[in-house]
Amino acid sequence: MRHLLDFQGWTKAQVENTLDTARVMAEVLERPVKKVPALQGFTVATVFFEPSTRTRISFELAARRMSADVVSFAAQASSLQKGESYKDTLLTLEAMGIDAYIIRADSAGVPHQATRWVKGVVVNGGDGRRAHPTQALLDAYTLLEALGTLEGRKIAIVGDILHSRVARSNVELLPLLGAEVWVAGPPTLLPQSLPGARLTPHLDEALAEADAVMVLRLQKERMEAGLIHLQDYIAHYQVTEARLKKAKPGAFLLHPGPMNRDIELEGTLADSERSLVNRQVRNGVAVRMAVLYHLLVGREG
Amino acid sequence: MRFKAELLNAEEMRRALYRIAHEIVEANKGVEGLALVGIHTRGIPLAERIARYIREFEGKEVPVGMLDITLYRDDLSEIGIRPQVRQTRIPFDITGKALVLVDDVLYTGRTARAALDALMDLGRPRRIYLAVLVDRGHRELPIRADFVGKNVPTAKNEVVKVKVEEVDGEDRVELWEREEA
Repeated sequence: MRHLLDFQGWTKAQVENTLDTARVMAEVLERPVKKVPALQGFTVATVFFEPSTRTRISFELAARRMSADVVSFAAQASSLQKGESYKDTLLTLEAMGIDAYIIRADSAGVPHQATRWVKGVVVNGGDGRRAHPTQALLDAYTLLEALGTLEGRKIAIVGDILHSRVARSNVELLPLLGAEVWVAGPPTLLPQSLPGARLTPHLDEALAEADAVMVLRLQKERMEAGLIHLQDYIAHYQVTEARLKKAKPGAFLLHPGPMNRDIELEGTLADSERSLVNRQVRNGVAVRMAVLYHLLVGREG
Repeated sequence: MRFKAELLNAEEMRRALYRIAHEIVEANKGVEGLALVGIHTRGIPLAERIARYIREFEGKEVPVGMLDITLYRDDLSEIGIRPQVRQTRIPFDITGKALVLVDDVLYTGRTARAALDALMDLGRPRRIYLAVLVDRGHRELPIRADFVGKNVPTAKNEVVKVKVEEVDGEDRVELWEREEA
């Protein structure tokens, strides 16, 4: 694995190895001095063509916790001439001696393209609706922490599946660890097919006997585009305590953030015992430390 | 690699560790504030054994932790094969303690240097000792061991293999020679 773009070609052993390293990193984050010198001398650039404060902070903290130098490039995609200027931006950074690029873009495929332009390693920080692999890794880590194993466990992903890179990456990753993944959402927000997952427009079917439920953020643009009506969505797809009775008792709740309380999920659920949302954010730093360590240090032994 | 000699057999290993256990307690004037930290991989079972011997002759428990120094290595930016990072688990506060770092072989001193840096990030011990089963020479840093099982003059193309029951199924220290390329 030279770059982290998505999980194509990944084996279960590679996933487990990455998560094992993340567990060590999580222990580092518990120490009085939450920093190790492992990436001293490396420079990591976060290159965000689409704004995202949380993901950028999580990556930057991960790099700093391992003593890498960090530079940060943020630009609105709209201010760029697409195509060539992604390339120009990256070549400019390349000339400054960057070892790893964390790239987020609103168009799918920009991180893939980047691997042809730069010598450094590329981590996909989310591209279009295609992939967000570190989010899926932190979700897997968090689920394993809560459930012990994913073998034979049912995970439901609920909401705007069609536009969700988080859903896509989880559907690639979680079955590698033995999970059975169901996705549910309004027919207008479901893809025609999604290899690796069972699709259903019926929320109850996805929630039935689920061990954990991942609720996706509903974006305003979908309503503006007329794909859904807010009240209909809330009536049929909002994840509530009452609807969770279909799931296993104590089923866990995940959300990639930021949340719209009382839209995609009942507001109080986010603060309930079921909620792993804060664990996800915490684990995100450890998982990203592991990814940077794996990509920057040596070859796989 | 070619086998050259047995440096220690199981009985000699036991005696060496037993003597180290005594020397540690003597240097520390008892077990007050004493704790052992084994360095992955074989330093950990060696530390556990030393703690067991101390329990046998002093009747007191000495806490044992395990330390992985991978994230503190000084060659990570140039290394060929990525080393596996492993758990550091030190279930006691090291501040104010007299710590004994335990490793199987002392060679260049770089592992001990990394271990010292790692420990400093975990707290402020009153003092740190270094105990090794074999000191094979060829130091590249100003580091020495306080407690040594056996001093073995070696050549650089030789390899000292420490085998411990818990990891390798037997207790034995061997000297091997790398074939010329």
